[in-house]
Amino acid sequence: MTPKAYMNPYFAGFLLGCVLLTTIYLTGRGLGASGGVKSVVLYGVEQLAPEHYNNTTYYVNYKAGNPDHSPLNSWLFYEVIGVLVGAFFSGVLSNRVALKLEKGPSVTNRTRLIFAVIGGALFGFGSQLGRGCTSGSALSGMAVMSFGGIVTMLAIFGGAYMLAWFFRKLWLK
Amino acid sequence: MAPLVPNMISPEFDFVIAFLMGIGFGFMLEQAGFSSTRKLVGLFYGYDFTVLKVFFTAGVTAMVGVLLFGHLGWLNLEAIYINPMFIDSAIIGGLIMGAGFIMGGFCPGTSLCALAVGRIDAFFFVIGSVIGILGFTEFYPAFEEMYVAGNMGSPTINSVLGMSPEAFGILLTVIAVAAFVGTNWIQKKFYHNTEKLTHDLKRNYIIASVVPVVLILLIWITPSKNEMLWSSVEERYTNADYHFETMDVDKLAFELMYHAYDYTVIDVSDKDTLKEEIPTAIHIKYSEMDKPQYYQTLVQHYKRIIFVSNDSELSKKAAILAEERGGKSPIVYLGTVSDFRAEIFAATPAPDKTQKSDWDLWRFRQDASAKLKAIEARLRKMQAPPEMVVKKAKGGCA
Repeated sequence: MTPKAYMNPYFAGFLLGCVLLTTIYLTGRGLGASGGVKSVVLYGVEQLAPEHYNNTTYYVNYKAGNPDHSPLNSWLFYEVIGVLVGAFFSGVLSNRVALKLEKGPSVTNRTRLIFAVIGGALFGFGSQLGRGCTSGSALSGMAVMSFGGIVTMLAIFGGAYMLAWFFRKLWLK
Repeated sequence: MAPLVPNMISPEFDFVIAFLMGIGFGFMLEQAGFSSTRKLVGLFYGYDFTVLKVFFTAGVTAMVGVLLFGHLGWLNLEAIYINPMFIDSAIIGGLIMGAGFIMGGFCPGTSLCALAVGRIDAFFFVIGSVIGILGFTEFYPAFEEMYVAGNMGSPTINSVLGMSPEAFGILLTVIAVAAFVGTNWIQKKFYHNTEKLTHDLKRNYIIASVVPVVLILLIWITPSKNEMLWSSVEERYTNADYHFETMDVDKLAFELMYHAYDYTVIDVSDKDTLKEEIPTAIHIKYSEMDKPQYYQTLVQHYKRIIFVSNDSELSKKAAILAEERGGKSPIVYLGTVSDFRAEIFAATPAPDKTQKSDWDLWRFRQDASAKLKAIEARLRKMQAPPEMVVKKAKGGCA
């Protein structure tokens, strides 16, 4: 089975915008992603090192802000579960589910994976510092005309463009 | 009026919505091709602009929708989450995320989609983001200063640029369309892999670019629901196009003495604090009566509303406004609050008993004064309007 073609990007964008609009209409907030991963991280720390959790500034602040709630009791956690389910559905419908590794043509698998971890770490860290990633800050911020969201968006894409030349070997021939 | 959480949808059910919206989000990201790292990174090397097209179209669609819903009075724009602006961390965090994007080839949302369809590199990216988040939370005190520096509140971009939301909406739409045309040109020129632009497709694209601009223009020039509400109140008042049950001092006093629970008395004086009040009255400023938090107070099914103020014109307009919003048969008190207090509570000497009507009135007012004072004392704590807090939604990724 060959994978089906991707949807027309403008039409996909329109539908994505409708999902975002529905979310704002129903809940007053936008979509997100990194916050859901953060919930899992907080939950993990709470379960694996409860003593450490109760003594470290960030977790103590978090707990003070969300008393008697597990970190998993968060909107973005459930949303991220939905993202995994929805993406899997879509992959199945379009024959794209396959265990494989995607990379630029001139790097080894090992290099790709090392840089995936580094990139993930930077993105994870930056999303916490910048109060949201491409989904929660840039996309949802644009929808509600938030200045903060749009500045973060420009910084993300600007940063990537500035560094693109240095990492061209990762992606180009 | 939306947002429906928390007043119409309970916070617990909110998680079900989160899951469903997540499905839609993940599905659309995957369908758009965001589960492919090569497609994502194409944006930065100019060989594939899918990200830009999807991202901008989604942003403009949602933005126009938010403007439209606000305009039609469906969505309370004061209650939705606007990402806060901490200028230092927004820029530094953004640049770090940009570095992560170009090295890792994903952003958090797209990495989850790619993970869901079995991409091994995405799995490693997600592991990386767990490490990165953990690094931030573990060593938070070291970054705290940067994290909280440059707090600018939650400004909107249009207020920063000093333009109306509609003007910014049009600007962003024009920028988006220009970016689509420009990137198509780049692809054609340098990669010769542009999609074939058939006649039909071209027509559809032109329609799709014009529709948001027209919608925003319509939003701009037509009065919003609230503006229409106020103008129809003024119009009905000037044309005397209303008919309300009215009350004078003694009728109002009588009803409050014996049927206080059948009525909600609302003082609509446009002042921050009231010097004098009618017993049991709550205070809602006339100029704020269009606010969503007062809707349930103005439209009640088991109580009738008596509008009072120190200006009978204001009371009448308030009654018209309540009717326009859906309230049934409001009552207007024709006197002023000062009159009411002066006539009921003033200790006038007893008239001589030659005129029976004078004597009856005096006795009634003595009785009213005592009863209403008692009611006033009893209800002092219940005078605040019922709490109907419009909660600001939480959002963002952090």
